Amino acid sequence: MAVKKISKVQPEKFEFSKKNKETADSIIKNYPSGKQQSAVMALLYLAQKQNDNWIPLSAMKYIAKYLEMPYIKVYEVATFYSMYNLTPVGKYFFQICTTTPCMLRGAYNLVDVCKRKISEEENCLSEDGKTSWLEVECLGACVNAPMLQLNEDYYEDLDPTKLEQIIDKISNDEVPQPGSYRGRLSSEPENTRKTLIGNKNA
Amino acid sequence: MLEDKDRIFQNLYNDFGADLASAKQRGDWKDTKEICGKGREWIINEIKTSELRGRGGAGFPTGLKWSFAPKEVGSRPHYLVINADESEPGTCKDRDILRFEPHKLIEGCLIASYAVNAHKCYIYIRGEYFNEGQKLQKAIDEAYKDGLLGKNSAGTDWELDIYIHYGAGAYICGEETALLESIEGKKGQPRLKPPFPALIGLYGCPTIINNVETISVVPTILRRGGKWFSSLGRPKNTGSKIYCISGNVNNPCNVEEEMGIPLKELIEKHAGGVIGGWDNLKAVIPGGSSMPLLPKETCETIKMDFDACVENKTGLGTAGIVVINKDQDIIKCMARIARFYKHESCGQCTPCREGSGWMWRMLERMAKGEATRDEVDMLLDVTKQIEGHTICAFGEGSSWPVQGLIRNFKDEIIERNKFDPIVKKQKDIPYLVDQHLLEKENA
Repeated sequence: MAVKKISKVQPEKFEFSKKNKETADSIIKNYPSGKQQSAVMALLYLAQKQNDNWIPLSAMKYIAKYLEMPYIKVYEVATFYSMYNLTPVGKYFFQICTTTPCMLRGAYNLVDVCKRKISEEENCLSEDGKTSWLEVECLGACVNAPMLQLNEDYYEDLDPTKLEQIIDKISNDEVPQPGSYRGRLSSEPENTRKTLIGNKNA
Repeated sequence: MLEDKDRIFQNLYNDFGADLASAKQRGDWKDTKEICGKGREWIINEIKTSELRGRGGAGFPTGLKWSFAPKEVGSRPHYLVINADESEPGTCKDRDILRFEPHKLIEGCLIASYAVNAHKCYIYIRGEYFNEGQKLQKAIDEAYKDGLLGKNSAGTDWELDIYIHYGAGAYICGEETALLESIEGKKGQPRLKPPFPALIGLYGCPTIINNVETISVVPTILRRGGKWFSSLGRPKNTGSKIYCISGNVNNPCNVEEEMGIPLKELIEKHAGGVIGGWDNLKAVIPGGSSMPLLPKETCETIKMDFDACVENKTGLGTAGIVVINKDQDIIKCMARIARFYKHESCGQCTPCREGSGWMWRMLERMAKGEATRDEVDMLLDVTKQIEGHTICAFGEGSSWPVQGLIRNFKDEIIERNKFDPIVKKQKDIPYLVDQHLLEKENA
């Protein structure tokens, strides 16, 4: 289970790039004036994206100043939500859903593959330093179980062999096609569709 | 079975594409101006006639909820917030609406905003649905370009702006007040009710919060009439609903069906049956992981709607049906659900924060056969101590599945854990050691 830890190695300074500053300012405008604190979650995402998929403490301090809010409030948010990584993760970050609906369809077999092919422990970098993996709670694609999230994309309807192929591709820096690995385009029942038949392949 | 022409989500399987042009071809955005022209009272009354109940889990009547919003806008602006923080295990219906039917949602937002006097609408999407959020954003941009949103939205003379707010992986933010906290840029811990959000919600202003599916069906209801919607299903449980069938079935799927369809028909007909045949069925979780499971005998006859589920001591919830067959270890399945709740508890109320961990650890030991006979009753007692003693419904959500397990499979648990107090047997079980110290091993 994921334990939130703050990385021991921290960069001294953090600042948004020019492009991210523009994005940040446009996000702040989405909220009423004086309520710029609302943008903190979006800004943390920006910082995470800019800083190789993790958020250093200096970024939190920077965002606190940017939004004129106490640093501790930013820290609270960053530690509360599970999608903010406070320690470095792999460039390719596998998150495997193992909650009951996925577990029923063999999610733990995928975990075994990750243990074998990436690293023995969760949240540890692989030997080539590019990938890491984590067991997460329900990702909301239960009908396409078992599935995982690789960075921002969902990979669905997997089995151990297919996951092995994905990991092999990743280690060659090739990002495989996201989506279903049994050729499904949505969450329709395979082969036996009984509804909306008139629309099929319209 | 519902006829195809009565299905609201014609593009549920993405046969047509989600863009504005094909959405218009399916009838979206038709007569939006005329509908709003009939006035707020008419819209709310029509929704009341349709007896639409919220699709987010609690099943609160939508028309009634809208009527709680103050009639006149005072010094505080009104807000509409859409809950797309779908994280209930077993549920993935909102994801399909976001990616395949975004214009139904956007049009619903316009009508609902008009009905509750809101000029701003926030759609709270869970952070993991990044791609779905991007698709929705694309649809929103299309709508702005076509004049369907903005200053004079779709010619209704109503100004509406829609913004997307991404969550960051917290199940609790699906609770409406936690969601508001999250939009305000705080950690997602639920607020005490009352005051209810309809009067004091986002930024202290009147706020109406609805689920994605609830809002997405509104335009079709208004177009075809509340009477049409209420003619489906049975009184108080009307209309159609997207059911998500996952777990040990041959063809897991999402399907839109009439309320009150028999569970057996859903599983056998749409999902291709239980793996290993109907007789291999062990239990079904009917409404997302928070709802108590049903044993096979009940599954034979139960009809899937709000009231029928309550009669059978469970709930329809989000209609995320998780089928568990006899090849699975039912105690392990529920232990995994308990672990989910342990992980997702926000930590605000002590009974839930501590109790969810207790339940998980006890169930883990029960799955391994390392608990004593007395502990089964103790576990039930723990669930009763959590239930009703927390700020939000998470306490119920985490204890009901465990209660359901004990109610239906108590014999099985006792069979596996039937030895007397461990001390007598001198089994090497870290029974009296503080479990927190062992957490790493147990996890």
